[in-house]
Amino acid sequence: MEKVLTRNIGPEQHTTNLAAYKANYGYRGLKKALTEMSPDDCQAAVKNSNLRGRGGAGFPTGMKWSFVPKGDACSPGHKYLVCNADEMEPGTFKDRLLMECDPHQLIEGMLLAAYTIGADIAYIFIRGEYLVAIQRLRDAIAECYANSYLGERILGSDFSLEMYVHPSAGRYICGEETALINALEGKRANPRAKPPFPQVSGLWGRPTIVNNVETLCNIPHIIDHGADWFKTLGVGEDSGTKLFGVSGKVNNPGCWELPMGTPIREIVEDHAGGMRDGFQLKGFLPGGGSTDFLVPEHLDLAMDYNVIGAAGSRMGTGTMIILDDRTCPVGMVLNLIRFFAQESCGFCTPCRDGLPWSRQVLEDIENGAGRAEDLETLAYQVKYIGAIGNTHCALAPGAMEPLQSAMKYFYDDFVQHIDAGHCPYHNGKGAL
Amino acid sequence: MTQDMIQTDLNSVLSHEEIQAIDAELAHVPYKSGAAIDALKIVQAKRGWVSDDCLIAIARYLQMSAEQLEGVATFYNLIYRRPVGEKVILFCDSVSCWISNSDGIKAKISDLLGIDYGGTTLDNRYTLLPVPCLGACDRAPVMMVGEDLVTHLDEARVQLLFGQTTEANKD
Amino acid sequence: MPTITIDGQTLEVNKGDNILEACLNAGLDLPYFCWHPAMGSIGSCRQCALVQYQNENDTHGRIVMGCMTSVTEGARFSLDAKNAVEFREAVVESLMLNHPHDCPVCAEGGECHLQDMTVMVGHRDRRYRGSKNTHRNQYLGPLIHHEMNRCITCYRCERFYRDYAGGTDLGAQASRDRLYFGRQQDGVLESEFSGNLVEVCPTGVFTDKPFLADFSRKWDLQSSPSICGGCGVGCNIAPGERYGRLKRIHNRYNHDINGYFICDRGRFGGGYVNSKRRINFAGLQGTDGSFAAINQEAALSKAQTWMQNARIAGIGSPRASLESNFLLQTWVGSDQFSAGFSDAEGSILNRQIEILQSTRAMNPSIKQMESADAILVLGEDLTNTAPRVALGLRQAVRNKSLAMAEQMGLPDWQDAAVRNLAQDALSPLIIVTSYSSRLDDIALHTLTLTPNEIAEFGCNIAARLQGKPAHNALIDEIAECLSGAKRPLIISGSSMLQGNIIESAAAVAEALCEHNANTMLSLCAPEANSVGAAMLSQATNLSLSNIVEGADDIDVLVVLENDLARRLDPASVKKLVESGTKIIALDVLENTTLDHSTLVLPAASFAESQGTLVNNEGRAQRFFSVFPPAHDRLPSWQWLLQLATCSGSSQLSALTHFDEVVDACAASRPIFANLSEVAPDRSFRDRGQKIPRQTHRYSGRTAVNAAVSVHEPQQPIDRETPLAFSMEGLNRDQPAALTPYVWSPGWNSNQSLHKFQAEVDGPLKGGSAGLRLLVSSTKGVQKLSLTTPVSEKSDLWQLVPVHCLHGSEELSRHTDEIAELAGDAFLTLSIATAKELDVDEGDRISVAGCGDTISLTVKIVERMAAGCAGYSIGFASTRELTTGAEVHLQRDIAWQPLKPSLIASDRDSMHIGGVNRHV
Ligand SMILES: Cc1cc2nc3c(=O)[nH]c(=O)nc-3n(C[C@H](O)[C@H](O)[C@H](O)COP(=O)(O)O)c2cc1C
Ligand code: SF4
Ligand code: FES
Repeated sequence: MEKVLTRNIGPEQHTTNLAAYKANYGYRGLKKALTEMSPDDCQAAVKNSNLRGRGGAGFPTGMKWSFVPKGDACSPGHKYLVCNADEMEPGTFKDRLLMECDPHQLIEGMLLAAYTIGADIAYIFIRGEYLVAIQRLRDAIAECYANSYLGERILGSDFSLEMYVHPSAGRYICGEETALINALEGKRANPRAKPPFPQVSGLWGRPTIVNNVETLCNIPHIIDHGADWFKTLGVGEDSGTKLFGVSGKVNNPGCWELPMGTPIREIVEDHAGGMRDGFQLKGFLPGGGSTDFLVPEHLDLAMDYNVIGAAGSRMGTGTMIILDDRTCPVGMVLNLIRFFAQESCGFCTPCRDGLPWSRQVLEDIENGAGRAEDLETLAYQVKYIGAIGNTHCALAPGAMEPLQSAMKYFYDDFVQHIDAGHCPYHNGKGAL
Repeated sequence: MTQDMIQTDLNSVLSHEEIQAIDAELAHVPYKSGAAIDALKIVQAKRGWVSDDCLIAIARYLQMSAEQLEGVATFYNLIYRRPVGEKVILFCDSVSCWISNSDGIKAKISDLLGIDYGGTTLDNRYTLLPVPCLGACDRAPVMMVGEDLVTHLDEARVQLLFGQTTEANKD
Repeated sequence: MPTITIDGQTLEVNKGDNILEACLNAGLDLPYFCWHPAMGSIGSCRQCALVQYQNENDTHGRIVMGCMTSVTEGARFSLDAKNAVEFREAVVESLMLNHPHDCPVCAEGGECHLQDMTVMVGHRDRRYRGSKNTHRNQYLGPLIHHEMNRCITCYRCERFYRDYAGGTDLGAQASRDRLYFGRQQDGVLESEFSGNLVEVCPTGVFTDKPFLADFSRKWDLQSSPSICGGCGVGCNIAPGERYGRLKRIHNRYNHDINGYFICDRGRFGGGYVNSKRRINFAGLQGTDGSFAAINQEAALSKAQTWMQNARIAGIGSPRASLESNFLLQTWVGSDQFSAGFSDAEGSILNRQIEILQSTRAMNPSIKQMESADAILVLGEDLTNTAPRVALGLRQAVRNKSLAMAEQMGLPDWQDAAVRNLAQDALSPLIIVTSYSSRLDDIALHTLTLTPNEIAEFGCNIAARLQGKPAHNALIDEIAECLSGAKRPLIISGSSMLQGNIIESAAAVAEALCEHNANTMLSLCAPEANSVGAAMLSQATNLSLSNIVEGADDIDVLVVLENDLARRLDPASVKKLVESGTKIIALDVLENTTLDHSTLVLPAASFAESQGTLVNNEGRAQRFFSVFPPAHDRLPSWQWLLQLATCSGSSQLSALTHFDEVVDACAASRPIFANLSEVAPDRSFRDRGQKIPRQTHRYSGRTAVNAAVSVHEPQQPIDRETPLAFSMEGLNRDQPAALTPYVWSPGWNSNQSLHKFQAEVDGPLKGGSAGLRLLVSSTKGVQKLSLTTPVSEKSDLWQLVPVHCLHGSEELSRHTDEIAELAGDAFLTLSIATAKELDVDEGDRISVAGCGDTISLTVKIVERMAAGCAGYSIGFASTRELTTGAEVHLQRDIAWQPLKPSLIASDRDSMHIGGVNRHV
């Protein structure tokens, strides 16, 4: 398979400087856009490529960009492009790789995105813990300024862009795009009500596009090779390649660039090397901590947005977490709910107080203090917290996804905990 | 409060370098309060944490109220409003690490250092804090010690890392 | 008007409303917490959920938040759908996870919105088995008590305090289920509007601290419709009484004036009603200067002996009712009556009324001011002289952001979104004052000028508006900004005692009126009835100095609720006292005038009497007694009727009832012709019933005297008003002027207000209370005197008055908490002056050249006009200082700083039951 996003990345290979990046066709897309393509041409290319956002929700990128007011429809002032590099979804480790190993690819993607939407200021909002990535991005940006890839009149064109790295001060909610905007404004990172969408009123009240790192890394290739080429990369219904990852009790946990639509079985068995000896696959979260469990019967599904959606889960970030037969599903869900309750911004009631309530019930069940009626309570909470629109943002509904699917697929495990008065897996002693 | 007065008591709290670094951030935000998080991080970088005095000084410098800045500071988990040890251990307590026995490793670390989450060792070398998924799940369990990411944790590895600090921290 | 369907019922709703508003307007009970009619929606509590259907065939629908969903033509909703009902209950169950079981000891109990909503959604059993989060409470000063454990995180406190009122020292801290609303450290809340937290908080986190220390349940309070006496704005208030004590004051909604909010002087400044310094019995001064208490008859017969064929003069009062002033004036005769203003103030107020009667500009209500899109303030420190107006201006400057939102199709109730969109875009506010004001933070320009320069500046703007070149870029800019506005507003007032400032404000307004009929001109008056008293005495205009000068020819001087020492210089007071005139003084609290009086008569306070007050706008409003006066106190109007009768005056002998006094006043002058329409007279009945001062839940009546007698006591009968001192009657459809409290079944908190409003955030069903006596004219202000004296350079400092919300007003400063907040008298200096005089904040400075040399605490302010120093007006120790005086200033070398000591309220708050203060 053709490596696209990771063409500069190998086991021992990092392309962190400008010269090395350029040597492997780096900034070719940018030059092409600045010399041959208008922003509208770029917009059309991205739209036609059917690229969908890699940040979790899979929103079509070209469509998102088209909502940004342009020309007379836009009041005078700045427009912003923000790269969402806050990767904190449990089980997700793809953006780190792209930024640590090939920072210029992201910068080129951002340049092209900014050019397309008419942004003049760009931010990379990055997890504060990603120290290596922060340094490499800063170095790369400095190189770009020194070589006219950033700043005024880039490469002699009329296009100018300032770019800044903003390391986050922490909190998962900062990954939510409107919370991220509040964080960038130096405020508490509560999400904002939508509408208005950031595309029209975002950072400092100005039009703003927020895209995931991986989404943006695709842009140079789409511009360079065209939308049609991009569509051929996927083997299923979606276009392009994707970074897929696997963690848990597999032989070879890791992250690989594979065509969109690669079957799950291929990812788990061929790339991740299958389950470790003595462990059986019991279920998996296909795309991070806020996606629904799938089970072995789903192994032959293709990793495509709609396919995974039809199976009752979400593609999410495309990084899977494997639940094996010796790990307690209740404990795993408890770990996740604890995370979400902890990371709630506290703005809306179902999330702020509902999640700790779910946590309490799960703790009791896991610790052997569960009661028969607790399963009803959990189902009630899933219904109450789990629907999009019931809460102010998507954090809490996401939190309910592993819980509701665990109750569906691993119901007996819950019942056993309650009946036995202890955890049949760890007997209250934590994971093996 | 007069501008002169602000200047003098800021200088006694914030260092010249800190103020310079904050000014650099201020150059590219349209409102001073926009640099709030950066300023907190700048001040925390050298001192390890943000004291009340620092918080108030930063707030004045950014023309915010102390309440507003406190609201920001207490929202984020990487801003410390209490003193921490020389190195902060950010121990990943999220799902992939949990599957790989992070609870057991955490217990071992607590045992070796004599502290639980939120605690600082008696010799002030380490503060132990939980952190959400560090984005290195393929190398679980993981933690950060100061600026270093430490992966593939097991009992032997943490023994090696923290074993010698045990004695100093027995009370 | 879009038509929508709710549970099959078709409703016409207001375009642009959200569905929560539409439900409340339709009388449907949809629970909510975070939404507030004045503050809009943020969608945080998720309580107002209902189901919306796509179309007729959609049977499933989806849950939406009422407060975040616009009504659109044909939209279909259900309140009763099972999932909506279940969701709303789940929200309350979640909110109650950490909520303490302290309703029985919680000050909010019985008027708690959380209690109401919990009952409304039917939540009863808590399933949560975990431990509860607990918080530390903070010391927030003498006015507000903090009990964080009761918080349900609706963000209303922060949004009111910060977004609405511009306070900076309270906000959200921490996150998730650890959210905390408070200050960064313990300390007195700085906002002048902090008291509204008590009403804005839907539970018992922020409660009225003085009330807590002298507590009664809401259902045990007896309330009446009343008007605040704190300043000239005339906010409507609902004072509550029990056991003959004024327990607390709540906001009483008036769409045009105060809306939902009042200032802290208004809310907390009524404590003087219970003061130990109240006069309970008449007192006769003996030769040794001490007073002997005598009963009412003895007092009247004593007065009678002095008044036979005597020359009687009267001094009225801008803080007494129109009726009392009218009676005194009528009794002694206009040529023997002074309205009781200081000389400077009297002439300014007369001119102010002339201007308001002749200007073409509109004299706006606060509601109208909130629609202004460009504002010029000349000379007034509004936050301290007309606080509620200042709060209104904070809303007016948001018009720019609302216009931006409208352009984007964003409804104005989308509060957070509008604020994010607009960032710091504000409509222009230009403040021209002699010193810093609390509105400086939202001003486009602040100018710091001496009083004469302010007037000159105003004149220059007026001249520029009339086409004269200004030779000053700022004047150009301001003039253009005002003439470009759709609804420009000019505000000035009498607080600087500088008539030419008002003239210049009128000139600007008149110039704008040439081209813009929507120009507004508002002039602030200092006291609750300044305008009323000035209207009464407008024609005769006898000044206090005239009275003092003629004192030798006066046998008996009747002083109505007025401490002359606040209005006359010490020499004049001395002259008056030594003239041998017998002074009969009626007042509420001990004061210097009473000390010098021959006979003192105990007057009822606003809470024990009734009357009419005329506010800044010329709006006459009636206040009604909350409880009958105790001891030998009588309302002043009754004392005056009796005194007049004793004196043999025949003019007033036909009057007995208050309503007759009102009628007589109405008949006396065309301007008061409609006075009896201010509020219904005592014959008013709703379906044959009076309006009850006690709620139908009043529990204490039979128990109050159980220790004395098991028989139910006879309730006092109110013969003067349409209100009853009981719970018998109807509080439903009466005119707004008679609404004593809000309560509706299921809505025990102040949130029941929407049941009394014609529509959410609209006027009360019975219309807005009050009657405008001053109306603008078409002729325009004549003979504006626009000359300003050229001030000479001098080495001396010119004194300007600094008004303090806490401390400057005469009566409220006798409330303990207000006195504590007022602190010592002070002198404000600019940074440069402080440097020059080598003093620092908190040092003492000697002021010489105006009476005796006095020593004042130094306060340094950001802005202070060159050559000026500001003195805290209304404080006992600054009495000798006069506005405009030129003084010497010198560091007070003799003064030594005191060691800091615990302040009174710190001690008190430690004794309040159940308070877990910081350790
Ligand atoms: C609670 C929460 C956390 C999120 N965290 C991330 C994140 O860490 N990185 C990310 O790219 N998107 C995250 N998202 C999704 C973003 O809101 C947004 O959809 C995304 O950045 C858009 O980028 P895309 O269109 O390129 O996918 C998160 C969403 C939610 C609700
Ligand atoms: S669901 Fe509500 S409380 Fe949770 S993170 Fe989103 S806005 Fe915050
Ligand atoms: S009132 Fe609608 S969400 Fe709070």
